[in-house]
Amino acid sequence: MGFLDAVLGRRKPARPDLDSLFAVPTAAITLQAAMDLVPTGRASVAFRSPEGRAFADVEAEVRALLDADGGPPVQVSQDGFGFDWVVIETDPADVGAAVIDAHAVNTSLVEGGFGPQLLCSTVSFRGPDGEPMALVYLYKAGTFYPFVPVASKDQERNNVQELQIRDLLDGELPMEKNVSRWFAVWDAPGL
Amino acid sequence: MARTRYGTDRGLTVRMFGTLFGLGLMYVILAAALYALGVNAIFVLGFSAALLFGQWWYSDTLSMKAMRAVEVTPEQAPQLHAVVDRLCAMADMPKPRVGIADTDAPNAFATGRSPDRSVVVVTTGLLRRLNRDELEGVLAHELSHVAHRDVTVMTVASFTAILAGFMVRSAMWGSMMRGRRDQNTAVIFLAVMVVSVVVYLISYLLINALSRYRELGADRGAALLTGQPTALASALTKITGDMASIPTKDIRQMEAVSAFSFAPAVAGKREFTLEQWFSTHPPLEKRLAQLAKIAGEIGGR
Repeated sequence: MGFLDAVLGRRKPARPDLDSLFAVPTAAITLQAAMDLVPTGRASVAFRSPEGRAFADVEAEVRALLDADGGPPVQVSQDGFGFDWVVIETDPADVGAAVIDAHAVNTSLVEGGFGPQLLCSTVSFRGPDGEPMALVYLYKAGTFYPFVPVASKDQERNNVQELQIRDLLDGELPMEKNVSRWFAVWDAPGL
Repeated sequence: MARTRYGTDRGLTVRMFGTLFGLGLMYVILAAALYALGVNAIFVLGFSAALLFGQWWYSDTLSMKAMRAVEVTPEQAPQLHAVVDRLCAMADMPKPRVGIADTDAPNAFATGRSPDRSVVVVTTGLLRRLNRDELEGVLAHELSHVAHRDVTVMTVASFTAILAGFMVRSAMWGSMMRGRRDQNTAVIFLAVMVVSVVVYLISYLLINALSRYRELGADRGAALLTGQPTALASALTKITGDMASIPTKDIRQMEAVSAFSFAPAVAGKREFTLEQWFSTHPPLEKRLAQLAKIAGEIGGR
């Protein structure tokens, strides 16, 4: 935020940066080779659904867009914080296709004027023992961070592995440097 | 390509700019009066500046102490932290510390000298009364204050008022001690006193006007961030309704931080427009009207 915006109390909504998403399939190959993390072909888009009729129209548009080209099935669900998650499922697992669809969902939302309400996108992976991992993309910062919940324990993260993934992907994806922004997405749909 | 559904509110910007300009003008008049006074001016200036600087620098600690608030970790308040996390991710701003004050009066405030050193505090009464969406709206309002650096802006704005207050005292003191000696000096001191009283009153009114515009700005920022103006409107209605019925003792405790809190802890009639001039927060109807307008902007295509 600029000086004048602060002085006058204006907030320019942070603009989302979507193109970094396309670098994920390459990063997925690195993850598989180095850490045996396999993409599940699932991706999700999270946003705060704004009130009002206009948004219902956009939501219908998003559905129509994804259904039209015989694309993968999507599921829309709401989490405990009032955020909507559009989950994209590809079968057989195709991380490239999932990312392209996630990008399409994001683009329709931004073009509908709901860019400020976008929260994050996730691309999900599984470890050798089936433990979940997600790459979370923060639109407004344009950065990624890893999220590794410990499956056996409630609300606990495997920080060691998260830091390893960050170091591994550092050259390939813009990773979020400020770890205090790595907010948890417990039980996020599509994880 | 990328656009937003929210138009800019030019009127609010113009009014805010006008208020800031008015405050600057006051400062110039004050400087002229100080020059006429001649003595002690630098001392008064330095002292009040130092005091205000300390207040601004330690604003987070001071306000937390005044409200008897304690900082909470994500483990202690996972829900509250998760809501703040998500709002900060959407707004792309650093996450402030989070605190809870154990009082039944429903209120919230944000303070701190910079967005990196800020704290957002909610009362237990607020957590009890509001639902998830309303709480999110209130937190977004406080985060807007942080993003707009309202503590800094208001501190700078307060400088003239505090300065004028010191002048009133020094002029009164001076006219008592040395006034009898020389007829001319007494007249000068009397004039300076009158001027500083007027300056103080006007700058006080302007600061409160600025505060009201900042509140509207924060409401707008919150509605823009969450896309839920109606939830914020509902929270406002709940809080100000409850506020009117809390006992006097609590109200007096709250006054120390009322300038940066969500809703003023002063119960009173809203009949006189004069009262609005002296208020740090805009009237509820005005805030609700603005939110309704934003709701219309989002809903329509």
